[in-house]
Amino acid sequence: MDKFRMIFQFFQSNQESFMNGICGIMALASTQMYSAFDFNCPCLPRYNLAYGLGILLVPPFILFLLGFVLNNNISMLAEEWRRPQGQRGKDPAVLRYMFCSMAQRAMIAPAVWVSVTLLDGKCITCAFCTSVPVETLGNASHPRLSQREIQRVLARIPCRDIYNGQELIANEVAVRYLRCISQALGWCFVLLMTMLAFLVRSLRPCFSQAAFLKSRYWSHYIDIERKLFDETCAEHARSFAKVCIQQFFESMSADLVATRCHLPRKAPADAGEAAEKLLGITDRGTMNMALKSWHRCKPPLNLHPAALPTGNGWAGEGQPPTHPSAPRRETAAYYSCV
Amino acid sequence: MDRFRMIFQYFQSNSESVMNGICGLLALASVKMYTSFDFSCPCLPHYNTVYGLGIMFIPPIILFLCGLILNRQSLVMLEEWRRPQGRRKKDPAVIRYLCSSIMQRAMVAPVVWIVVTLLDGKCLICAFSSSMDPEKFVGFANASTAQVQQLLAKVACKDDELMRNSTTRKAVSRYLRCCSQALGWSILLILIIAAFLARWLQPCFNQAALLQARHWSNYIDIEQKIFEETCCEHSRLFAHKCILHFFESMRQEIKLHSFSLPREEEGAEEEKDLLRGITDQDQVNKLLKTWYCEKPPLDVSQAAQRHPLVPERCPLPWADSPSTHSKFPQHTNV
Repeated sequence: MDKFRMIFQFFQSNQESFMNGICGIMALASTQMYSAFDFNCPCLPRYNLAYGLGILLVPPFILFLLGFVLNNNISMLAEEWRRPQGQRGKDPAVLRYMFCSMAQRAMIAPAVWVSVTLLDGKCITCAFCTSVPVETLGNASHPRLSQREIQRVLARIPCRDIYNGQELIANEVAVRYLRCISQALGWCFVLLMTMLAFLVRSLRPCFSQAAFLKSRYWSHYIDIERKLFDETCAEHARSFAKVCIQQFFESMSADLVATRCHLPRKAPADAGEAAEKLLGITDRGTMNMALKSWHRCKPPLNLHPAALPTGNGWAGEGQPPTHPSAPRRETAAYYSCV
Repeated sequence: MDRFRMIFQYFQSNSESVMNGICGLLALASVKMYTSFDFSCPCLPHYNTVYGLGIMFIPPIILFLCGLILNRQSLVMLEEWRRPQGRRKKDPAVIRYLCSSIMQRAMVAPVVWIVVTLLDGKCLICAFSSSMDPEKFVGFANASTAQVQQLLAKVACKDDELMRNSTTRKAVSRYLRCCSQALGWSILLILIIAAFLARWLQPCFNQAALLQARHWSNYIDIEQKIFEETCCEHSRLFAHKCILHFFESMRQEIKLHSFSLPREEEGAEEEKDLLRGITDQDQVNKLLKTWYCEKPPLDVSQAAQRHPLVPERCPLPWADSPSTHSKFPQHTNV
């Protein structure tokens, strides 16, 4: 009992720490992805904005969905949501709790991507370089250039090697300016997220703590029940398979007796366990027939009740079978396959 | 019993050391964040101050909030503070103790950030270079006010073409860095002296009350953990009973409708027990479908009263439900 309790606690705590671990790994993966990604600003007037904002917003969306996909509990939530009510009422509070806890974990990797992107500054520099205030930062006295030309020159700010607007506005000045804005946005974003997390965590005990405890208990319960049911079914399947195979060999052995017209128990009683395990198959030809029969016509998924309790006796021994037609049907099938 | 005690002690010591560990990790994370952060001063007259002071103060706020979020005791304290009194009185000393211990741990990472920032000097150089008095530095004497402002703002940018080899820039930069480092070391010294005094003088004031507060705050923490553990164990047992009850009900239904009694032999073997009367593909399919479509009610009190060999006395849980009537014709085809 103690051992079971310890293993179970490990499992329980493990599930949570496993989820938190996946969350942390995804956050690290997102920073790694960002540093491995080769950011390449197109340096063209309208493409810059699309590229920059795309890199800022599309990967977080992907990471968010990935966070849901990697979470094992999503199928549990879907099942609980879609099952017919039957005899067990559905509690929307439990569904909400499950969804919220999954969504919170899935939000971490996207938030990390957005923060890292903003703090690094390349995306914002690329996206908004055409909006740099040339009047304040550079020499606005360039009447020869049309608006479109100016846009085109400004769009090349992120690409230092092809930048040709040094007289208009110095490249370093513009890059520093944009990067400063980007970093300020990044820190504000991180502060906002942290404050939200703090408020969510600290306001919960002040309101509806009892409801929270209830939802948490029942969502754990649903998880545990599902796992135990799977375990029980696996055990059942194992026993089913064992008995099915045993019955198959017994019916083969019974058929052998019927065809050869001699008792399988040639050996005296002291042959022991080994003879029992041979199940009446004692030569190569018979074994080959058994294997062929197993491949060609597997026995039906129907364990004869009469054969269940006792060991490896004949099907005809003891009580008469309650489904007299079933074994004969099987014998006929066996012959036709051979 | 011994094992239980060992687990207990592990929990007790673990809570404090876990929190200290988290505190240390956050401090290391703050140093790492600072070194990996690419500080880039905008070198523009008004933006500098905002940027410099922002970098110096906003991350500490974030780290402080993180320290509060990651500390488990903050939840324990909040729950203790907000719970209805009921039959257990609330002790404000315990709540105060918890609060102060949480705050102390949460303050470590922000202080580390601020001290590292000051000792490094970049933030202060960026923030206060525009506020320097140009007359103290030789190179700016013959420039106009606006130009001086511009030049001072660019002190933090070493690579700027105007300032690359300027000795005035180096002078201003050195001066500001010196002030920043002096400030950093002073703050560090003051904090360490304060911590030292607080720890040394603590036993002189009200030690008994402190011991009590500490004991009861540990108690609340452990009580919460054990309650969660007990709930887990309970839900596991509940689920186990519920599933067994479900399989038993399926066996009853099969017995009633298939007209074949499974042999209840004296020495019923393990396999038969595990099969639980479900010996057929259709029966298994029916069981799985029923599990999904009609989960059993969350009530295992009936399981204790049920007699499996006397089905007619104990009605099946869903015997009266209309949905089961439609299942009967399917079942007799087995």
